[in-house]
Parts: sequence; structure tokens; C-alpha cells
Amino acid sequence: MRDWLLYRTFWDLTITGLALGSIYSLVALGYTLVYGVLRLINFAHSEIFMVGTFGALMASQEFLGIPMLEDGGYPYRTGFMLLVFLVFILLCAMVFSGLGAVALERVAYKSLRGNGDLFGAVVLAFLTGFVVSMVFVDDTLANVIVAAILTAPITMGYMSLFRRGKQSPRLAFLISAIGASTAIAEAMAIWGPEKREQYQTPRILEKDVLFSFLGADVRVDNVIVIVGALLMMVALTLFVNKSRLGRGVRAVAQDAETARILGVNVDMIILVTFALGGVMAGGAAMLFTLVYEQSRFNIGFILGVKSFTAAVLGGIGNLKGALLGGLVLGLVENYASAVFGGQWKDVVAFVVLLVVLMFRPTGLLGESLGRARV
Amino acid sequence: MTNDVLLQFSDITMQFGGVTALSEVTIDIHRGEILGLIGPNGAGKTTCFNVMTGVYKPTKGTVRFDGQDIVPLKRYEITLAGIARTFQNIRLFGNMTALENVMVGADARKASSVGGALLRTPRQRAEDKESRDRAMELLTFMGIADRAGDAARNLPYGYQRRLEIARALGTEPKLLCLDEPAAGFNPAEKQELNELILKIREQGYTVLLIEHDMSVVMNVSDRVAVLDFGRKIAEGLPADVRANPDVIAAYLGVPDAS
Amino acid sequence: MNPVVRSLRQVGASLAGAKAGLASRWNAMGPTQRLSAYVLGVLALYLAPWWTEIPLLGSIVDTPGTQFTTVLSDRVIIFVLVALGLNVVVGLAGLLDLGYVGFYAVGAYTTAILTSSHASLPWLLALPVSIAVSMVFGVILGAPTLRLRGDYLAIVTLGFGEIIRLSAKNAEWLGGSRGINDIKHPPSIGPLKFGVVDPKPYYWLGLTMVFAVMFLLHRLENSRVGRAWVAIREDEDAAELMGVDTFRFKLWAFAIGAAVGGLAGVQYAGKVGFINPDNFPLLLSILFLAAVVLGGSGNMHGAILGGILVSYLPERLRNFQDKRVFVFGVALVLVMVFRPEGLLPKKVGTRKAVAAPGEGGAQ
Repeated sequence: MRDWLLYRTFWDLTITGLALGSIYSLVALGYTLVYGVLRLINFAHSEIFMVGTFGALMASQEFLGIPMLEDGGYPYRTGFMLLVFLVFILLCAMVFSGLGAVALERVAYKSLRGNGDLFGAVVLAFLTGFVVSMVFVDDTLANVIVAAILTAPITMGYMSLFRRGKQSPRLAFLISAIGASTAIAEAMAIWGPEKREQYQTPRILEKDVLFSFLGADVRVDNVIVIVGALLMMVALTLFVNKSRLGRGVRAVAQDAETARILGVNVDMIILVTFALGGVMAGGAAMLFTLVYEQSRFNIGFILGVKSFTAAVLGGIGNLKGALLGGLVLGLVENYASAVFGGQWKDVVAFVVLLVVLMFRPTGLLGESLGRARV
Repeated sequence: MTNDVLLQFSDITMQFGGVTALSEVTIDIHRGEILGLIGPNGAGKTTCFNVMTGVYKPTKGTVRFDGQDIVPLKRYEITLAGIARTFQNIRLFGNMTALENVMVGADARKASSVGGALLRTPRQRAEDKESRDRAMELLTFMGIADRAGDAARNLPYGYQRRLEIARALGTEPKLLCLDEPAAGFNPAEKQELNELILKIREQGYTVLLIEHDMSVVMNVSDRVAVLDFGRKIAEGLPADVRANPDVIAAYLGVPDAS
Repeated sequence: MNPVVRSLRQVGASLAGAKAGLASRWNAMGPTQRLSAYVLGVLALYLAPWWTEIPLLGSIVDTPGTQFTTVLSDRVIIFVLVALGLNVVVGLAGLLDLGYVGFYAVGAYTTAILTSSHASLPWLLALPVSIAVSMVFGVILGAPTLRLRGDYLAIVTLGFGEIIRLSAKNAEWLGGSRGINDIKHPPSIGPLKFGVVDPKPYYWLGLTMVFAVMFLLHRLENSRVGRAWVAIREDEDAAELMGVDTFRFKLWAFAIGAAVGGLAGVQYAGKVGFINPDNFPLLLSILFLAAVVLGGSGNMHGAILGGILVSYLPERLRNFQDKRVFVFGVALVLVMVFRPEGLLPKKVGTRKAVAAPGEGGAQ
């Protein structure tokens, strides 16, 4: 047994586990929000996170011009300037992810709800033209031009082919989500500057040990992650509970039909829900790059699976559940890799999920929006 | 008609969280009768149904069916014990044909399973044919055999309501529970339904009828029980119940002191 | 109306017309003619390795980079088998399984262990054992989890698939990440040599498995079991209240799905001769599911079509190099938006049922 190792590093593992868990929690919120409102596993949420990491990367590298480590010099910001930088990068990541999530909803899901609109038709038409022209010409610029020319007529076609007022079966949503997820990740892999390689994100602050806690060194980036994630979650909870739009989200989650009858603009609320989930994923992405300093086209996949696991673990549809589930999962993974070795941590994480669901079939905190059916 | 009790619903209390949906309700259903269960909206009629068919486990009280305590049974076991039901908001298997819907019910009493199906044993084939024949018979009995091969979701509303009854009868119940079968019917259709319910009883089934519509209940029921705010406020012959002041008050609101 | 819509409608109409024409010709055929049509169709499928020799067809179907027959034996047949099995779980019983690759892996690994250095049993003996082991795994996974509601099942099965893969990767006696080699091939029958060079016998064996599985699943589908599955998919609560022991039948769906998935694994392992955990990534589960839903969940022929498309098209489009996965993703979204029930949805409500041995009413 290597439990002596666990004992020696217990608090170290706890701190890093909480940091990882906070990121899971933030991403899990996106799954939980969308699930609560649409009863849909938004499989493409992981790609929204991925987009966020590139938002953060772009913000720090392109907009702020922060050099990479090997470029020499460590022009770390401190104090107020650091805060400004962090907030700016955070906002960029949130905007990227938020817009991504909203676009995703309108292109890949809205038409499946029988509400296809012009925006979705245009994007789908462009993609159709693009993909079809790819069969004939292997030149991206030519593909774009052909697609642009074809977009207008195909859009008109799609507008009349949308199955209005018809709700598609749930499996169709899931497959559409899987398709969107694949397409987004692959687009990044094909047209991103580094293709399928890993990206390094610049370090923007010196990762000092802030203080020691029971023998564990608490690094400043971990503290920022944990505190930042908590702040974002508090903000989200306040928004959902106190604001008018938040009330709408809760109403639609409880009973979309009744909400519609009572005059709630359900489509609008769904869009808001996706945007909220996207913004949280963007926040998670920024914090992720802060700690791990890397990204890649497929970085969302495993993290997305883990975060969805966290959402289910805590009780899907339940905001507090997402928080708890994420933290528990982060801790379990860290402890498990210390005890059993890193290669077993995912196995342990899933086993914990299985055991929890066997005893608490709706997760640790239950589904706050769960409806008893006859 | 005998006075033999088929279903004994005694002292049932049903609470959801802090809300009491039923409180100490006692109802006996006699073999061979048509019992009407009425009451204003939210009186607890459907909750009664859900307790009888095992959807909810009661907070307190016992349900004995044909001499057997059915509270601990699983839902499908209760069906096999002999209680079948329809749903207030139609819940057919939309993407199965009408015939297949009824066959699912008729299959409940069959024993052949995966092995039999893979090998097409004589017994499996015989059972399958029995289910099919019985289902066709029931569709004919309900007067909807002409659409036997259509998907249930494509059937007209009236057909769907009848199909639900046929599917429930497919399980060979002793007690048939109908949850507002006349909902959405016009007077002529209600009349037809009345005749159908009487015809079902003639076949030897006991019928529990939840209905909002007084004309249906009063015309076909042998006895009527009335629920209000989760309590039973009256029970007896239709004429007596109709004259009962509590019932009138429940339905019309408490009359002015005039 | 704009020209695109018009042309789309025209294509649709002519397809429908062709279909109706075929259907009426089919109906007009006598039993002998039908039988010969079937035999011809089946024969054409067995002769598929030579399709590339036919002038026009050959250039259309041939796959660049990989031999056409190898694509058939290593990918298409495997995906079709898997799609058939997963269709029972997802399409008929409506249970969302995101970890189906786990059963495929169990089948492949069991064969690998039994026929390589560990036990050295013949392939023919490993076949039934592997199927049985896969079924047992189906029950082991199903028994605790099938009481969970649909979406919980999805994540739990996904976890299961990962646990299987990671366990294989980390267990030394399963070969770790190197995997297992020297897996025995099926025994040669006369001139049919199951070796390393010629993929044709494997294709024929796999195709025969597909027909056998179709035959058996068809029997199940048209029995009490199949009706119970579909009833559960349509409305689980109502099914239970109509006397269906939902848990038992869901468990059967899992077990049978697992058995077919395991069979596909056996076939794969016997063909390639070596396996490692990277052959069974999570992504494969998702591709399997995509195949079933793309083709038409709940319809055996739809699932087969989906299996063929998802396995064959990427090989056919190899010219795209790394862009094909992107194309695949976009195509999935487009199909779901405009044909959410899949390319070949299940048709419910045929006139056929009325011709059943009923006496009354039907005309």
C-alpha cells in the first residue's frame, strides 16, 4: 500500500483536488442548467469549454501580447494590473464560450425543437455548401467562396424544409449534439494554427507559494481558481434566484408548457440558459489555462465527460449539486491517483459514481427540478 | 350481483411532503359491480387510482385485493393479480399498432420469453397466436378492429380512448379501473361509452369508474362514492348520493344561507 | 419556390416514386420470384469483394488506401453487427447506452485470452464462451443500473466502457497497453483459409453472422419480448402497469445487446490477430450510437444502413485526409435536423397486421 504517501501529501492533494474540482463544477453547471431546462445532455458543452480556452489564449497572447516563457523575461504583472489582466482574459474566454453556446443552441438544437430560424438555416446552409464543395476541391478558400455563393439559395431551401412545430425524439438531440461537438473540435484541429498539436498558453503570474497549510504549499494560482470559481457560482446562483430572467429559467425548468402559457418567452429563456452555461464554461476555461497553461482541439472531451459525471454525481438539474459533485470528483480523483496510481483515477471516479447512484439514484443532492411522474 | 368484496381499500392516507392527498379513505368494491368514484377537481380520485394500481405506496392503510395484500407488490404484479387501468391523459404506446398495444396487455399472462422466441417453440407460437387472437377479439369488441394495423398515435381520439380500454382488458383483469374515460367526448359518444361500460360488466368484469361527468356516472354506476378534499363524504346508490346535501355543497359550493 | 427547394422536392418525389414502383413490383411478384430476388440479393452481398471489378460500380465503391475487402471485413461487418446489437438496446428498448464499446471489448478480450498464450483454446470454442461472458457483463452492468432513469444510465454506461478499457490497459495479464497478440484465427474449412493475407473468408464469415443475428433478432422482435421492449421504450410506466416486468425485459435487452456486441468483438479479434486497449476508445461507443440513430433507431435495416455508412464512408473519403471527421460531424447535425428519425425510420402501421387471423371487423 502506498497510503503513507497519501498521508504525507494529503493536504497537497486536497488543495489541487479542490482546484480541479472547481473547474469541473463550473463546467458541470452548464450541463446541469441545460439539462434542467431541456432535459438534454448537451454533449457539445465540452467544445464550448475548448473554445473558451482558446478565447483565453487569444486574449493573453494576441490582445495583451504576453510573451511565452521561452521568449525570455518574465514580465509578470502584480497587484492591480494583474487583476485587470485576469479579468480581461476571463471576460474574453466568457464571451467566446457564451457566444459559442448560443450559436450552438440555435444551429444544432433549436430546429430540432420545431423552431428552426433564419440564423440556424444560414449556418447550416453555409456548412452544407462548404462540406459539399470539399468533396470536389481540396482548397479551403475555394470551399469558402463556393459555400458563400450557395448559402443564400440553400438557406431558402432549409427554411422551407424545417419541420416546424414538431418536437424531435430525444435521441436526435443527442446525436445532433455529438455531431456538433465533433465538428467544432475537428474544425479547430483542421484550421487552428497548430492543427492537432498542443498549445502552450503564456504564464501571466508568478506561481508563488502563497502560504503553507498543514504542511501543504498553497500556490497562488490554485487559490485564484478556487476563489474565482466560487465567486462565479455565487453570481450564477444569485442571477438564477433573484433576477427576472433567472425566474424564467426556473419556471421553464419546472414546466415549460405552463411557463409558455403564462407568457414566458421559452425560446428566449433557453437561449439565456445556454448563454449562462457557456459563460460558466468560459470561466472554467480561463481558470484551466491559468493552472495547466495548455490547450488542444480535443481538450474538452475528457473534461466534459468528467464534468457531466460531476453533474450527475451531485444530482443533475441541481446547481448546488454541480458544485458538490465537481468538488467531490476532483478530490476523489486526486486521492485515488495517490493511492492506486494515476492510471486508475478515472476508474475510481466512475466506480464512485456507480456506487453513489446505486444508493442515491438521483445523485448526492437529488434533482431539484425532478418531477414525479405517474 | 353478489356482495362479495373484491377490493378493500381501508383507511388509506396518502401524503406527499406535507400535503395530504387522501385521508383515511375507505372504499369497498364488490365483485361484479360498477362503482363510480366522483368528486371535484383535486379531490383525490386519481390518487386513489394510483394507490390501487401500485403507482404510489400509501402512507398509511391497507389495500386488499381478492384476499391478498397488494401494497407490497410491484406494479406489474398488481396487474397480474387482476387490476388493470386506463389513463386520464391517454398513454398508449404511440409507435405500436393498435393490435400490438392490446397484445402487450395480453402478453402479460404468457410465460414464453427469450428462449422460446429464439427457438420459435410450439408453445411460444401458440401463445403468440393466442395473444394476437385475443387482441383482435378485444378490438372487435370495442368496435375499433378496422384500424387494428394503424399506429396508435395516428388513431382518432375516440379510438384511442377505446384502445386504452381494450389494452387494459387484454391483461384479463378482475377489476377494470377507468380514469375519466369520457373526457373530451360529446353527448353521443358518451352515450356509446355508457353502453360499452355496461357491456363490459356483462362480460363479468368489475368496473371502477372515475368520472367528472355526472351523467355518465349516474347512468351506469350501481353505487357511487364521493371524494372531496381527500376525504370520502358519501357512498351509496346514485339517487341517494345525488340528493346528499354534502355532495351538493361540494359540487356547487356551499349554498347561501337562504 | 426557389430552385433548391424545387430540386430537393423533385429528388424526394422521384425517390419516393422509385420506392413505390419497387414496392408495387415487389407486391406483384409470386413467392418463387421473391425467393429468387432474395437469393440474388444475398449472393450479390457475398460477392461484394469483387464489386470493385465491375466497370462503373467499381470506381464508385472502391476505397483509396485500403483494400475494399479489408474495409468490408475489418470495419463494415463489425459496425453492422454492433449496430444490430445496439439497436436492440437503444432502438427497441429505448435504453441509452453510451458504453457499448465495453461489450465489444469484452468479447474481443475474452477471445484473445482464451486463444492466445493464456489458454490456447481453438477459436471455435472461444466463440460461445466469449458471447456468454459478454452477456454476463451485460447483466452485471444492467442489474444495478437499469433501475436508474434514462439519462443516468447514459453516463453510467459511458463510465462502464471506460472502466473496461482502462482496466485492460492497466492489468498486466491483459497485456497492458501493449495488448494481446497471437490470437487464433477461425479454423479453415476446406478451401476457406482463415489466414493473414486474404480478408475474403472473414468477410463471408462476418456476413453469415450478420444474417444469423438478423434472423434471431427478427424472431425476438416479433414476439412477446420485442413487444415488451417497444412498450418500455414508448412509455415505461404504462408498460409496467400493463403487466410488463420492465426490469426483467430491460435486463434481457442489455444481455442480448451485449451478446451481439461481444460477437462483433470475437469476429474482430479473430480477424486482426492482435488487440490492445486503444482499439476500444470511448469515441467508438459514440460512433456506434451515431450509426444506429443515423440509420434509423428501432429499425433493423436502418441500423444496418447506419453501420455501413459510419464505417464505410470515412474509408471512401480518405482523400479528405483529416477533414473527414469534420464532414461526419456536420453530416450528423444535418441529418438530425432534417430527418430526426434517421435515414430509414421504422414504419409503424402496415396493412399487414389486419390480415392477422382475426375474424371481425378487418377488411
